Amino acid sequence: MAILLRRGNPLPGFVPATSLTLIYLSLLVLIPLAAVVLRAAGLSGAEFWRVITSPEAMASYRLTFGAAFTAAALNAVFGFIVAWVLVRYSFPLRRVLDALIDLPFALPTAVAGIALAALYGSNGWFGKSLAMLGIQVAYTPVGVFIALIFVGLPFVVRTVQPVIQELETEQEEAAGSLGGTRWQVFRRVILPALWPAVVTGFTLALARGIGEYGSVIFIAGNVPGVSQITPFVIFTRLEEFDYPAASAIAVTLLAISLLLLLTINGLQQWRARREGRG
Amino acid sequence: MMADITANAGRVVPASGNTRVAHRAAADEPIWVRRSLIGLVFVFLGVFLVVPLAIVLSSALSQGWALYARAVTDPDTWSAIVLTLWVVAITVPLNTLFGIAAAWAIARFDFRGRSVLTSLIDLPFSVSPVVVGLAYVLVFGRGGWLGPWLGAHDIQIIFAMPGMVLVTMFVTVPFVARELIPVLAERGQEEEEGALSLGASGWQTFFRVTLPAVKWGLLYGVVLTTARALGEYGAVAVVSGRVPGENETLTLRVDMLYENYQATAAFAVASLLAVIALITLVLKTYLGDRKDNACPLSAGAPDS
Repeated sequence: MAILLRRGNPLPGFVPATSLTLIYLSLLVLIPLAAVVLRAAGLSGAEFWRVITSPEAMASYRLTFGAAFTAAALNAVFGFIVAWVLVRYSFPLRRVLDALIDLPFALPTAVAGIALAALYGSNGWFGKSLAMLGIQVAYTPVGVFIALIFVGLPFVVRTVQPVIQELETEQEEAAGSLGGTRWQVFRRVILPALWPAVVTGFTLALARGIGEYGSVIFIAGNVPGVSQITPFVIFTRLEEFDYPAASAIAVTLLAISLLLLLTINGLQQWRARREGRG
Repeated sequence: MMADITANAGRVVPASGNTRVAHRAAADEPIWVRRSLIGLVFVFLGVFLVVPLAIVLSSALSQGWALYARAVTDPDTWSAIVLTLWVVAITVPLNTLFGIAAAWAIARFDFRGRSVLTSLIDLPFSVSPVVVGLAYVLVFGRGGWLGPWLGAHDIQIIFAMPGMVLVTMFVTVPFVARELIPVLAERGQEEEEGALSLGASGWQTFFRVTLPAVKWGLLYGVVLTTARALGEYGAVAVVSGRVPGENETLTLRVDMLYENYQATAAFAVASLLAVIALITLVLKTYLGDRKDNACPLSAGAPDS
């Protein structure tokens, strides 16, 4: 425990609190995850590569990351608008809508899953009308996209909302009184201030979307090569008791999502530094 | 990540309230922009939140109250309710204790590895539930690390309740810590130091000063943990034996009924979970308000 060198604080409880935290996290989180990594490492290099690049796995990565990325992007745009409207405008039902934003956090994913499947199925309220327009949602990648919009909806709203609340309106007013149009003020003053929060919300929605299972599988229908998300592929390997393959794909999923998160965090820091100088 | 934002948020808070009115005249969007944005928000949230919720309730009752009542009072549903409550009853207190300890360590002390520890607490959020289930199968399953030993001692973890509790704990581990860290950090520790210097013991300080000050944040975290523990599906699906009446939680019961073409019954059981979700939202809003209004450094008077 040499890493835990505390810097002077008169309060008691440092050693018990940190020890409990470390032991609990190790037993509950780190050791089980290590088991996945080690099981995957048990495969030879060639075998590992064959498993994680099988056509089924590759199709699932494309679908999972593609759908999670586009859903998070859409949520970034709409989440921004929702947050803005909820903070800045007053209108009837505002409090109700505000509370409702967290529904995807509160509603069990399996419940959301069957609700979306029923809604967008060929006989569903939305499915029927969309089918007349020639758009099929259930059992296609579009279904995965829809489910991930639902799941990721709260993240951008909830990260951007507090930042808008604290935004100093003096700056907007000053820019406005200097003759800037509202659109210019938005682009030059408001957007730069809110951008980091939007990116954070986007990243959280993306991470959640990549791992999501319950709300996706019912509407996706899991058609091989078409609408199978990566977690579903892992689930299938598990049910076949092919633990090494399940672990290899799981490690790949973890690695790609961690890489994505690090990249986005890195980009954001780079941007912040550059703007700090400029 | 979220914790960072909230922590930063804390510092600038005092500016918000009084500037609200002033901006309206000078810096508002034209009325037609405002109206269309509000309309857009109603449509977006209506399509993606309200309608899915409505379809759960309307499908549950689509074949009348009699069928609804039968689905909900079915013995297998009843045993799913009992099992789910057991999972919650074990998960929530343990993770609450963990959350308090972790928040105390991170918000009150500066030590090397602190930011690593903070990211570690958040790690379960970026692990797919299915991968969580897989991890526990690899440790406790028949071919897993502890499999032979558990087999020899006739202890079953995977495909039984202990496994379901463990994966639920994994999935819900960050919530309490994440809510408490910013609240604790924002309050500072002057009051605690004061209590200690007046001769209070560490535990007395904790129970009389710290806990009353952060109780709304703590409750908020507990509500989030409970909601997620009640509703976890993917991780539990991997480690459950899926035997109706024996080791099915409510979400697995919903899944089972739906896959067996008993959609109305599935939605009936789902409606129970949807109602709990709505109650969660109400509690969240209420506790969120209390948490925000609990003015930082208000001389610590533990209200109520």
